[in-house]
Amino acid sequence: MLLRHTPKEITERSALMINPAKTCQPIGAMYAALGIHGCLPHSHGSQGCCAYHRSALTRHYKEPVSASTSSFTEGSSVFGGQANMLQAIENIFAVYNPEIIACHTTCLSETIGDDLKQIRKKAITEGKIPEGKYMISASTPSYVGSHVTGFSNMVKSMVGLAEPTGKKNGKVNIIPGWVEPSDMEEIKRLTNMIGVKTIMFPDTSGVLNGPLSGEYKMYPDGGVTVAELQSTGDSIGTLALGEWCSADAARELDVKHKVPCQILDMPFGLKATDRFIDALRIIAGVTVPDELSMERGQLVDMISDMHQYVYHKKVALVGDPDQVIAMTEFLVSIDMCPVHIVTGTPGKAFERRIKEITKDMPFPCNVKAKGDMFLLHQWIKNEPVDLIIGNTYCKYISRDEDIPLVRWGFPILDRQGHQYFPTVGYKGALRLLEKILNVIQDRKDRDDPESKFELVL
Amino acid sequence: MKKMRKVAIYGKGGIGKSTTTQNTVAGLAEMGKKIMVVGCDPKADSTRLLLGGLAQKSVLDTLREEGEDVELENIRKKGYANVWCVESGGPEPGVGCAGRGIITSINMLESLGAYEESEGLDYAFYDVLGDVVCGGFAMPIRDGKAEEIYIVCSGEMMAMYAANNICKGIMKFAQSGAVRLGGLICNSRAVDNEKEMIQEMAKIMGTQMIYFVPRDNDVQRAEINRKTVIEWNPQAPQADHYRGLAKAIDENQMFVIPKPMEMDTLEGLLMEYGLLN
Repeated sequence: MLLRHTPKEITERSALMINPAKTCQPIGAMYAALGIHGCLPHSHGSQGCCAYHRSALTRHYKEPVSASTSSFTEGSSVFGGQANMLQAIENIFAVYNPEIIACHTTCLSETIGDDLKQIRKKAITEGKIPEGKYMISASTPSYVGSHVTGFSNMVKSMVGLAEPTGKKNGKVNIIPGWVEPSDMEEIKRLTNMIGVKTIMFPDTSGVLNGPLSGEYKMYPDGGVTVAELQSTGDSIGTLALGEWCSADAARELDVKHKVPCQILDMPFGLKATDRFIDALRIIAGVTVPDELSMERGQLVDMISDMHQYVYHKKVALVGDPDQVIAMTEFLVSIDMCPVHIVTGTPGKAFERRIKEITKDMPFPCNVKAKGDMFLLHQWIKNEPVDLIIGNTYCKYISRDEDIPLVRWGFPILDRQGHQYFPTVGYKGALRLLEKILNVIQDRKDRDDPESKFELVL
Repeated sequence: MKKMRKVAIYGKGGIGKSTTTQNTVAGLAEMGKKIMVVGCDPKADSTRLLLGGLAQKSVLDTLREEGEDVELENIRKKGYANVWCVESGGPEPGVGCAGRGIITSINMLESLGAYEESEGLDYAFYDVLGDVVCGGFAMPIRDGKAEEIYIVCSGEMMAMYAANNICKGIMKFAQSGAVRLGGLICNSRAVDNEKEMIQEMAKIMGTQMIYFVPRDNDVQRAEINRKTVIEWNPQAPQADHYRGLAKAIDENQMFVIPKPMEMDTLEGLLMEYGLLN
């Protein structure tokens, strides 16, 4: 009972966060940056920040994550980090020669007020950024928002590379949001199937789910190229998946370069995928390919075949806002009941959205943005659930309360597969449903009395 | 639509930045300009004269008490002649980070759309505490924020020394951004040869003394009444001086990257003018 001190009684807390359901902004910024081909993420702050952020990503993706740091000392925090950053830019291009540096700040550099945009301009004026090479920057103080905010900020800064030529490129920008490399691959498969030409950014497929080939590549083959990012201003439109992860960048392109944008939910589950496919179909001006209708039909088939096992099962769900919104909709659509829902990221709109999705559910729904795992655990103690869906940190609650857990979200530190098997799209939803059914039916087999122990389920 | 002018006022502590800013803003407002004043001082006393002493709830206090869902109307208040007044606020003395407070406030104003074209502002004024002591206090002169700076100074040694220091800060940001020095405002302390000395100092630094505001007790009288001079007594001669300063700023065309002086030059200036008699 590792969490035995969690009391059942819920008391109002205004200042204390226990077992947070979020992490640092720069982790998101770093993950986004790795979705650019030939990009070296750079952390403007002390070494410890960079080391932690790299390892947080490596523990989830099981791939090496290279990033450089401005390596602040006490002197830099007093005098500002400009000198370190300028030296870093020179060293990075001399030693590691990336196509682009994606720099993010840390709590320290934010607090002392370092201005990355100004430092970048100075570096350009002083010729420290070689011809044909680039630098982008994002402000990512961890005391604001969460890792999702950091991701969104870095994606927004990518849009700053857009250089419209005035001639449309016939492509659609797809901003997938913080999903797994495998999900990005799946999104590309879907757009290809429908026949929409896209620029997807960031794109970590082929970067953070690469093969072991015996040869180390500091910059793997995957990722959106700088040239593609420059071309985003010429695209015919933008599809942004997820309000929290992707909308800022899409709106920036809309405001700055008049690239019209559409903000959709992340395509997890049946309905959200339907909306995504519908948007693509309209853009391409085609009917949905038979192959895709087939995939959809298979999902609907499994939902109806197995409906009795999921019907009115209660679920506790924790994760990042965009994912959790789509997942809540999926669970409700298959008659499951997500009764406790938490995200660590702030945003009142999250609670409104969840309430709207769950309004016809037969049980009341507890929902909290800027919440924590402790609260989720307390809710579960008061109103037990049949299933927990969330990241690896949920395993403590799962074990203490003896409730099955489906690992989904970030980070997953103790199971594999997320890097390689998508959960977006119809195929992804099929996999999600399979995972949910597996743990529910495993539990049934474990708990049923011998008289009810069935061979066929 | 005309582009909004973004002005920051710097100067040594106690030199009269807040007083000068508010009186000048009153002059501009009288000319029919639409203005927002952003007080960037943890003491939150930059808009007292425009608001008639009403304690404005600062951005940071609002943030602390109401959490993240702050609305624009919670943090700005209409003052004299429909000037929008905002106080950034900050921690109590001795704790926290006031510089970060300014960064937070300005970011929040931006995200809430206080600077949007639809607000129809002609001017945004930043009244900044004392010197550019750290990164946070430089926030208003970062790229895309204030584009013109006026330094309030007097003929006193420390005020001139501070003005010179501030120019070093401006120079750093001007090299890579759009920020420029618009001139020195001499807020007279009735020092010998003050006007000539500040004019000479401005010349050496490559800028201008945009206005010489004489010392007048009407300023204090108006302050006691929690009003700007223009509101308190529109006929006062001092009111005309503030109108003059407002006009000079409105018509100003001289925006430069300043050349800060060496210490020796500054000392020499004082010797030459201060000991003339």
